[in-house]
Amino acid sequence: MSDLITLTAAQMAAKLAAGEISSVELTQAHLDRIAAVDGEINAFLHVNADEALETAAEVDRLRAAGGAQADALHPLAGVPVAVKDLIVTRGQPTTSGSKMLEGWMSPYDATVVTKIRQAKLPILGKTNLDEFAMGSSTEHSAYGPTRNPWDTSRIPGGSGGGSAAAVAAFEAPLALGTDTGGSIRQPAAVTGTVGTKPTYGSVSRYGAIAMASSLDQIGPAARTVEDAALLHELIAGHDPKDSTSLPEPVPGFGTAAGNHEVAGMRIGVIKQLQGTGYQDAVLARFQESLELLRSAGAQIVEVDCPSFEYALGAYYLIMSSEASSNMARFDGVRYGQRVLPDQPPVTIERVMGATRAAGFGEEVKRRIILGTYALSAGYYDAYYGSAQKIRTLIQRDFEAAFASADVLISPTSPTVAFPLGEKLQDPMAMYLNDIATIPANLAGIPAISVPGGLAEGLPVGVQFLAPARGDAEVYHAGRALEKLLNDDAGTPVWAQVPDMEVAK
Amino acid sequence: MSQSTTDAAPLSFEAALETYEPVMGFEIHVELNTATKMFSSAPNAFGDDPNTNVNEVDLGMPGALPVLNGAAVESAIKLGLALNCQIASFCRFARKQYFYPDTPKNWQTSQYDEPIAFDGHLDVELDDGEVFRIEIERAHMEEDAGKLTHAGGTGRIQGSEYSLVDYNRAGVPLIEIVTKPITGAGARAPELARAYATAVRDIVKGLNISEARMERGNVRCDANVSLMPKGSATFGTRSETKNVNSLRAVEHAVHYEIRRHAGVLSAGGSVVQETRHWKEDSRTTSSGRPKSDADDYRYFPEPDLVPISVTADWVEQLRAQLPEPPAERRRRLREAWGFSEAEFRDVVAAGLIDQIEETVAHGAAPAAARKWWMGEISRLAKTRDADPAALDVQPATVVELNQLVEQGRINDKIARQVLEHHLAGEGAPSHIVTVRGLEVVSDDGALTAAVEKAMAENPDVVEKVQGGKLKAIGALIGPVMKETQGQADAAKVKEIVLEKLGMTP
Repeated sequence: MSDLITLTAAQMAAKLAAGEISSVELTQAHLDRIAAVDGEINAFLHVNADEALETAAEVDRLRAAGGAQADALHPLAGVPVAVKDLIVTRGQPTTSGSKMLEGWMSPYDATVVTKIRQAKLPILGKTNLDEFAMGSSTEHSAYGPTRNPWDTSRIPGGSGGGSAAAVAAFEAPLALGTDTGGSIRQPAAVTGTVGTKPTYGSVSRYGAIAMASSLDQIGPAARTVEDAALLHELIAGHDPKDSTSLPEPVPGFGTAAGNHEVAGMRIGVIKQLQGTGYQDAVLARFQESLELLRSAGAQIVEVDCPSFEYALGAYYLIMSSEASSNMARFDGVRYGQRVLPDQPPVTIERVMGATRAAGFGEEVKRRIILGTYALSAGYYDAYYGSAQKIRTLIQRDFEAAFASADVLISPTSPTVAFPLGEKLQDPMAMYLNDIATIPANLAGIPAISVPGGLAEGLPVGVQFLAPARGDAEVYHAGRALEKLLNDDAGTPVWAQVPDMEVAK
Repeated sequence: MSQSTTDAAPLSFEAALETYEPVMGFEIHVELNTATKMFSSAPNAFGDDPNTNVNEVDLGMPGALPVLNGAAVESAIKLGLALNCQIASFCRFARKQYFYPDTPKNWQTSQYDEPIAFDGHLDVELDDGEVFRIEIERAHMEEDAGKLTHAGGTGRIQGSEYSLVDYNRAGVPLIEIVTKPITGAGARAPELARAYATAVRDIVKGLNISEARMERGNVRCDANVSLMPKGSATFGTRSETKNVNSLRAVEHAVHYEIRRHAGVLSAGGSVVQETRHWKEDSRTTSSGRPKSDADDYRYFPEPDLVPISVTADWVEQLRAQLPEPPAERRRRLREAWGFSEAEFRDVVAAGLIDQIEETVAHGAAPAAARKWWMGEISRLAKTRDADPAALDVQPATVVELNQLVEQGRINDKIARQVLEHHLAGEGAPSHIVTVRGLEVVSDDGALTAAVEKAMAENPDVVEKVQGGKLKAIGALIGPVMKETQGQADAAKVKEIVLEKLGMTP
C-alpha cells in the first residue's frame, strides 16, 4: 500500500503545492488501491481512470509551468475525489444504484461537479449507494452491497456507504455524498470517518438526483474534519440554477476546522437522542467524548427536544411523499430503461408500468407506495399536512435548544455497523438507524459526524449540530473532539482500520 | 332511469331554451410570450424543429431543477390586474401529478390552492351594446405540456401505431383564467361565450404578454356547459369542450352543447360528465374522456421552488404600466373617429385599430386612414395570405400616399401600384412616383394627343357622345389610360373630349 494514500487531503494538497509529489502519482496510487481492494469493498460502481489521470496530468503541467496559472490553482487541485453515483456527471454513467438508469449518461454536470472540475480535482469514479439513496446500509443497491472496510461482513452504512467506505479504505481521500436523513453522517459514523450535512440551501442540489427535495443536501465525506471542511468550502455557494440555494457567500470552513479551542463553548446534549434503542457501547463512547470536551473547558448542558419523538414518523411521511413524486419521471419514455409488457397490448401505460416494475427495487417501491398513499385525497391533511406541522415543532425545539447551547451533540447512529442482511427484511429496524440524524434534515440545519472511538473494534460516531448557516461551528466543535480523541488515543480512529489489502 | 346518452338527437336551440337555462364556465389558457420558458432557460419559441428548444429541465432529466421566470410572474400580475383581480401577496406552486408522456416529469408544475390572482371580474359587451359581468374565480400560473402526434389510425391515440412527442412546448409559461359559473345569459349564452373569449384575447394582446393567436394555440378556451330546468337553481351535469381554437368556434361549441344537453335531458337521459372534442367541420362535439370531480392529482407544494412574495409596491408599479383596457379604448376611439358601429366592428375584426390610430396620429383623417387600411392594404394582404397588420406598411407611409392622392399627383389606381412597389422594397411613395414617373399626366399636349387618338379610333363612341349620351365618354377613358400607362386624370379626359366636340363640360 502506497504511503501517499494514507495522507490526509490537506497533507496531499501541501505536498502537491510544494512539488514533493505529482498529482498523477497520487491519482495512480488511488487507482491502484481501488484495483487492489474494491473487488472486496465494492465502493465504486464506475472507475474513471483515464479522465482522472488526464486531470492530474493537467494539474502537474500547470504547476510545473509556474507563473500565474500555477498560482491560480485551487488549493485542492490535483487531490482526487470520488462522487456518489446519485450526482450526475458527463462522460461517466450515473445509475443512482438502480437498474432504472443502468447505462444512462447524463447530458449535463451537477453544479458541484462543475465546481470540482473547475478546481481540477481528478474524479476517481462514482460510488455505490442504496438505490436512489433509499436505505441505511447500501444493501439496496442494484449492483450489490458495499462492504465495511472495518469488517467486510458488515454494512458500511447508507445510503452513502460507497463514499464512506472508499474514504475509510484509502481508495479516495475525499468523496461527495448526499444526506436526506443521515446518508452522509451515518455511513461516516460506522466507517470511522467524517461526514457533513451542510445547511439546507448552502450547497447546490442541481444535478443531485432528488429523493426528497426539501431534505436532500450534498455534502463532503473525508477522514478528517479539516479535509471535510476544505471540500465543503469548494462545493458550497449560491447557484442560480437551484431556487432553494441560499444567496450568502460561503465562509471559510477551513479556518473553523483549524480551531480546536472549546473553552467556554456551550454544548447541548439532546435528552431525546440517547437511552433506549442505543447500544451500551455507543453510549459509553459518547459519555467519554462528553468528558473529554468538559475537561477541555466546554460547558455541557442538557437540552430538551420533546417533538423529536415524532421526527421519524414525520420524516417517513415527508420523505416518501416527495420521493414518490420525484420517482415519477422514471417511466421509460425519455431515458434509462424501457421494458415492454410480457403480453399485448403495448400501450404507454403498460410500458410505464412494466418499466417501473422491473426498474425499481423493493425499497424504492415501498417508499413510492407509502408516499402516494400519504398524498392521496382524503389522507393529505392527516399525513403530509400533520408531518409538516411536526417539522415546524422540531424547528422550534432546535431554536429553543440553541438559546442555551452553541452547538448540540448526540451519538450519530444508535448502533455500530451491523452484519450484512441483518435488517434487510425489517424496514422499521432499518429506518431506526436514522433516528438521530433525521431531525437536522427536517430543520435544515448543519450537522457533522466525527469518529467517537471504537466499540469492540468497530467505529462509533458523534454528531454535532449548529443553527442554520452555522456550518463553521460544527467544524469547530468537530475538530475539537477529533483532536481530544486523537491525543487521548495517540492515533486517529481512521488510522486503525484493519489492513485489508487483498491483492497485489 | 338514465339511458344511453349518445343517441338522443340534439334539440333545436330555440326548443332547448324554452325548457332550460344554460350555465357556462370557461377556462382560458394563455401562452405567454416570454423569451424563455416558465422554469428553464430554453427558448419559448413556436414552429422550430421538434425537441430543439429543450434542455435538461424541460426533459425532466434526473437531477434537474426549476427556476421561476420573473417575467412570467409580471405578466401574471398584469393580467390579474386587467381582470380586476386581487393579487396574492404570497403564493406557491404545486405539483399536479399524473402519468402522461407529454409531461416530462409526470407532474405539471401549477398553482393549486394559492393562485397569484383571484376574485376578479370582466365586463363583456355584446354586439348590441348589452354588457354582462363575468366573475373571475382565479388566474394562475402553470407550465404547458409537450405535443403528442399519434401516427397511424385516425390521429387519436386509440388505434394509433406509435406516438411521437415534441417537448418544445413543454414548460412554456401559461396563465389559466377560470371563471365562476355564468348564469342568466339565456339565449345569448353562445354570443356571450364568444364575446368573453374575444375580450380576454384583446386584453392579453393589449398587455403584450402573449402573441394571442388562437390558431396557434396561444389562447385556448375550454368551455363548460350545463343546463338546468328554467326556474331551478341547481346546476346540471356539465361537459367540458376542450381547446376550442377560434372565437367563432367558442360560440358554436356552446351553441351545440346546449342543444345536445337539451336533447339528452328531454329524452330522459343524463348528461355524462366528460371532456368533449370540438369538430370544426361538422360544428359538433364528440365524446372525450370521463372527467370526475374526484380525479386525484395528489397535489402538494413544489419543494424545488420557493414561495413567491409579491409586494404592494410591485403591484402598484405594474398597475401603473397597464394600458387602457381594450373595451374603454374602443369606445373612446369609435367616438373620436366618428365611425358607424358596423364600420368600427369591421376594423376591430380586421385587427387594424392600432394601425388606424397611428395613421390618424400621423395626420390622416380617420375616414382616409380607414379607407386605406380596410381597402387597398387589406386587399394586398389577402393576395399575400397575410394579416394586413403584419404587412410591412408603416402608418407614415399611408399618410404620405394619401397626401399624394389628395394633392392630385397620383390617382387611386396609381396609388395601388405605388403601394405594391413599396411592398417590393422600392422605398417611400413619393420616391417611387418620381423614379417611376408615375405622376398624373396633366400636360395637355400629351393628353390631348392621346384623347384625339382615342376619338379617331372610336368614331361610334364619339357619335354617341355627340348624341347627348355623356356616359359613353367612359368608353374613351380606357384607351386613353392605356396610351398614358394609366397616368391620365379621368376628369381631365372627359373635359378635353367635350371641349373637342364643342360641348360644355
